[in-house]
Amino acid sequence: MTKLVTAVIKPFKVDDVKTALEKLGVHGLTVSEVQGFGRQKGHTEVYRGAEYKVDFVPKIKIEVVVSDEAADELVAAITAAAQTGKIGDGKVWVVPVESVIRVRTGERGDDAI
Amino acid sequence: MVKLDSGDTAWMLISAAIVLFMTPGLAFFYGGMVRAKNVLGMIMQNFFAIGIVTLVWSLLGFSLAFGSGNGFWGGFHFAALQHLNEGNTTIPYVVFVAFQMMFAIITPALITGAVADRMKFSAFAIFITLWSLFVYSPIAHWVWATNGWLFKRGAMDFAGGTVVHANAGIAAIVLALVLGKRVGWPSGDFRPHNVPFVLLGTGILWVGWFGFNAGSALAANTLAGFALLNTQIATGVAILGWLAVEKLRDGKATTLGAASGAVAGLVAITPACGFVSPMGSIAVGGIAGVVCALATSIKGKVGIDDSLDVGAVHLVGGVLGALLTGLFATVDTNSAGHDGVFYGGPWSVFGEQALAVGATLGYSAVVTLIIALAIKYTIGLRMTDEDQVTGMDEALHGETAYRYTSIGGGGGSLTSSVTPVKVPEEAQA
Repeated sequence: MTKLVTAVIKPFKVDDVKTALEKLGVHGLTVSEVQGFGRQKGHTEVYRGAEYKVDFVPKIKIEVVVSDEAADELVAAITAAAQTGKIGDGKVWVVPVESVIRVRTGERGDDAI
Repeated sequence: MVKLDSGDTAWMLISAAIVLFMTPGLAFFYGGMVRAKNVLGMIMQNFFAIGIVTLVWSLLGFSLAFGSGNGFWGGFHFAALQHLNEGNTTIPYVVFVAFQMMFAIITPALITGAVADRMKFSAFAIFITLWSLFVYSPIAHWVWATNGWLFKRGAMDFAGGTVVHANAGIAAIVLALVLGKRVGWPSGDFRPHNVPFVLLGTGILWVGWFGFNAGSALAANTLAGFALLNTQIATGVAILGWLAVEKLRDGKATTLGAASGAVAGLVAITPACGFVSPMGSIAVGGIAGVVCALATSIKGKVGIDDSLDVGAVHLVGGVLGALLTGLFATVDTNSAGHDGVFYGGPWSVFGEQALAVGATLGYSAVVTLIIALAIKYTIGLRMTDEDQVTGMDEALHGETAYRYTSIGGGGGSLTSSVTPVKVPEEAQA
């Protein structure tokens, strides 16, 4: 069985997380630029005296598909690497994955990771 | 007959070229301030202005502005650019025609900032044609033609504080009023989509403005030098003034504020640059930077969606510059001018400036209103709400400004399969 680990983190932490995952032997991951809000407040921009509240904060979403056994270690590594201790550090969650297929070879399951 | 001077002619050729460059500069100054979906629509209005005014000016506009006519209009003597050999000075008259053409182009283009994101292209095309002929040319005649009624009264407007900026500024406000607000204004997100474009445009405008102001000496001489130096000084100081207001009022000085302050300074020194001293230019620029920055709050209070603050920058800046010329002018800079009130001149000098401003604002507002209403009640001025939400680029021009992804491209074809679509009557309403 396999799991999908999704992490939403601060953008400047993405290189630290990538390095930590490479140390664990992770072969691949997917990164996207996303926006959202949580407890971290947005900011205010003023253009010629007109004030705009910018509620959504830029974040990076990292997605990694791993084997069941590797998931806990991976979550711990991401958490450690992305942590600053301040509001807005983000979230990590894990969901089960029904099947994984490598497009090049058609391999399935753990072989496809 | 005066002998042609190659130095004067060379300078005026260069001035004409760099004044033309101001309009693409304006397109980027404004284009950066609108939302990404409207950037081509904004730039298009400015490039279209270059096309249509070039034609209109050649056929009729120049004659209406600079023909001998009477005090109020120039008549048809120079129509289709006939008889141009009659007006040679130290520069060939054709060079003067070209130089003035670039002024005629940028003046109506200034209006586009107030009506951003919501005007139908057909309506804009008709508006700018009529406005150029019935508003710009007559006022240019009043103030700049040797038999214009304001020129003969002694009004000082070196490069167009009234003719260009106050004129376009009030017209912009009137058109914005008739057109109505953008869908979602003011509660939506109307932040500029590309502030670097705004600063790039400002840089182009600034350089072009040396041709605009110093070129208005119509010669390569000391007066042109004063105009260039005064332009630089006022513009630099106006940046400081605008940024000081932002720092004190909003907490942060912004790059958009620096660009806006520069343009406010350029506007205000335009009528004054060939009449005031360099120290007077510090006052003109400083006052303009502060007052125009404060004036940006007016539109919200009166509920007029002057989208890119043409009123605060060009109307307020142009009026301010024209009036301050009546205070700070000195014959030490220009013996053909008058001493302003602060240099021992009588208040009547200031009064003539106020009269020129009042006449320009009154005439421009009324004729602009007539043109705008005529278009509104015939073909209509406003894009539909749906088209505004889609954005001008796609809805009006069928284009996309920024393609940063290869996703979503359909199949291409080297020939257009599009046939003109007959729009149903009810959809046009």
